Amino acid sequence: MAASSKLMHKVFKDASQFLKVGCRLQAQNVICRHASHFTYFKDEPLKEFGDTSKTNMFQAINSAMDIALDTDSSAVVFGEDVAFGGVFRCSMGLQEKHGKDRVFNSPLCEQGIVAFGIGLSVAGSTAISEIQFADYIFPAFDQIVNEAAKFRYRSGNLSNCGSLTIRAPCSAVGHGGLYHSQSPEAYFAHTPGLKIVIPRGPYKAKGLLLSCIRDKDPCLFFEPKILYRTAEEEVPVNDYTLPLGKADIVKAGSDITLVGWGTQVHVLLEVAKLAEEQFNVSCEVIDIVSILPWDKNTVCESVKKTGRVMIAHEAPLTNGFGAEIAATIQEECFLYLESPVKRVTGFDTPFPLIFEPFYIPSKWRCLQAVKETVHY
Amino acid sequence: MFSSIQLTRNIAHLSPRTKKNGRLQLQKFLQSHGFASEASFETKPYKLHKLESGPSTHVSVTKEDALVIYRQMNTIRRIETAAGNLYKEKIVRGFCHLYSGQEACAVGMRSAMRKQDSIISAYRVHGWTYLMGVPVLGVLAELTGRKSGCARGKGGSMHMYCKNFYGGNGIVGAQGPLGTGVAFASQYKEEGGVCFTLYGDGAANQGQLFEAYNIAKLMNIPVIYVCENNGYGMGTSAERSSASTNYYTRGDYIPGIWVDGMDVLAVREAAKFAIEYATSGKGPLILETVTYRYSGHSMSDPGTSYRTRDEVQVVRQTRDPITSFKEKIINTELATPDELKAIDAEIKKEVDAANKTAKEDTEITMEEIAGDVYSNTLEPTIRNITPWNPLTHKRVGPALNLK
Ligand SMILES: Cc1ncc(C[n+]2csc(CCOP(=O)(O)OP(=O)(O)O)c2C)c(N)n1
Ligand SMILES: [Mg+2]
Repeated sequence: MAASSKLMHKVFKDASQFLKVGCRLQAQNVICRHASHFTYFKDEPLKEFGDTSKTNMFQAINSAMDIALDTDSSAVVFGEDVAFGGVFRCSMGLQEKHGKDRVFNSPLCEQGIVAFGIGLSVAGSTAISEIQFADYIFPAFDQIVNEAAKFRYRSGNLSNCGSLTIRAPCSAVGHGGLYHSQSPEAYFAHTPGLKIVIPRGPYKAKGLLLSCIRDKDPCLFFEPKILYRTAEEEVPVNDYTLPLGKADIVKAGSDITLVGWGTQVHVLLEVAKLAEEQFNVSCEVIDIVSILPWDKNTVCESVKKTGRVMIAHEAPLTNGFGAEIAATIQEECFLYLESPVKRVTGFDTPFPLIFEPFYIPSKWRCLQAVKETVHY
Repeated sequence: MFSSIQLTRNIAHLSPRTKKNGRLQLQKFLQSHGFASEASFETKPYKLHKLESGPSTHVSVTKEDALVIYRQMNTIRRIETAAGNLYKEKIVRGFCHLYSGQEACAVGMRSAMRKQDSIISAYRVHGWTYLMGVPVLGVLAELTGRKSGCARGKGGSMHMYCKNFYGGNGIVGAQGPLGTGVAFASQYKEEGGVCFTLYGDGAANQGQLFEAYNIAKLMNIPVIYVCENNGYGMGTSAERSSASTNYYTRGDYIPGIWVDGMDVLAVREAAKFAIEYATSGKGPLILETVTYRYSGHSMSDPGTSYRTRDEVQVVRQTRDPITSFKEKIINTELATPDELKAIDAEIKKEVDAANKTAKEDTEITMEEIAGDVYSNTLEPTIRNITPWNPLTHKRVGPALNLK
């Protein structure tokens, strides 16, 4: 890939470090599919949630569903291959424990899976459905957008599918290519009536999933698949829920606000560290946790404090959810802004197979953006 | 000495019965002189749905064709072995689904296809790509994401294309309606072609397929739906996923044929029948080819949690499409073991060489990340926030379908 190195060099002459790292990334990608582009930052669970154990994200999700099945006799779990644990082992052991009538495989039919769940939910059951990959959710797009989201509104709340939760693994995984890597949250964020949540790790995943399952609105729960195994931390073993629609300030800072969700939060935490070390810039990092509804207050308060903001997500730039955040910030924080709202995102192309290291908003691209924003 | 082809031609004008006698005599004559030019076999009976008569269970193959079939099936097997190894060496990006065990389906269909026929399938398509004319290197280099790949490394394992081969679909079931459209285009343009539209036993449950069936029958579109029933959709067996596993009957108003997908000649015969049926104005037909995949669903599935190792072994030993075909052609003296060995050696050489190049080849350059998003870009750049900004959009690929 000599030509691309040259290209980078041309455009980015001054940042020799970027160049070096970019090339290394390229080289890694050739040799190793699994080079992950972030370092995981562990969460500290609240003491009040009681005893904890070391848990990775698929185990945390498993535990949440296990608790949901234990505590709600109307709850059922279904999806492609979930009876054997699912592709990512999230439902492992649940069928043995809770029975074949409560944890079962569905045929290969996403539209059917979601619609079946809506029906179940409308009739009073708690439906926890799995779409094997977020990339495969689109056959069910119509059911989610036109049925699930509007059931309550169009019936004047005579009927609703609030007890529906749709889980789907999303986002880049290092080697997923076009159809195992996408982050489709923005498509759904355009749909009032839905709630959308993306956890950044095991502790958050368990509490948020239980909240989604128990929430009285249909929820989409996108799980960054790269975190299933790589993210491991202390997670409360008992039942607990975490609030929906509430952002977390995962690192406090004063010079610039960095906003992300899912895997990207960890990228941003590393960026914050690098910015501190290299440019003596103090970053405040916010995980918005919920995409819909999103916590405008926390984000805007932070931006008013720092005067600068960068939003990063893996999905393409145009109409990515960052666009909504940016628009809100300029409206709410206009007089506080020291520089334009910055976005670092995937490109406006399909998710590429061989160019993934360039496409994702890597720490180097984010760091560069922080630098530009601070020196605006 | 006259060639067997000449002999066959010489009897072409005779009545079927005399012809058959003549062929048999010819076969005997040639066999008694140390080689056979053609051999006949009985296939397992087909099962028919809404058809008065089906393909002939009496199938024959010429030496020439037999050797081509043998070469094709073995090349696919070897490509898949190489693909599996490349994946294990972590040189393959994306997912990787192997076709080993299912070779007779593709090769049987391919040998019945005419130049105006096309095919579309799912993601298990390394073999088809090769059969449709892409050199082994084009397949393996696509897997490794290098520029000699048939899609220059942009598609990877699941997305390969060439003339009359429409890929390569990652979304299960999507190809059902797509193939129906391809077949309709042929009908509309009066090209006389059919489109083989392949899907698995798992995909057979996607709603899209039933929408396609309906429109195909409504308009009598020359599409041949082929359900490659390999027993499993990922970890779910056909019995557990499908209310009816008689996939050949699941088009209801569309006639269907069940065929032994491990018998390449039976598949070829059924495919010939289907082509004739679909192009005679009768519209769509469903073939169910019953087959087996030896490997796991994809490389990340060991393929042992939902079936026993024993089950796989039994199929390998009793139903393997290559072994059984090889036995047939050796027993009928269509080919000698030495001839086949020589072919094996050639295949090994070809695949080994391609494998080596596929590893050493370079990737396309960074500019191509912004290539071929559109045909006609109204905006000259692809939006992004990177050091490479602006990234100019460009057309790179030659559009095969527009040639
Ligand atoms: C819409 C969609 N849902 C789920 C998947 C994940 N997936 C890929 S292949 C597959 C099983 C398909 O089985 P089958 O149709 O029998 O084909 P086979 O793999 O046996 O060739 C599944 C569930 C997908 N690619 N697309
Ligand atoms: Mg199958």
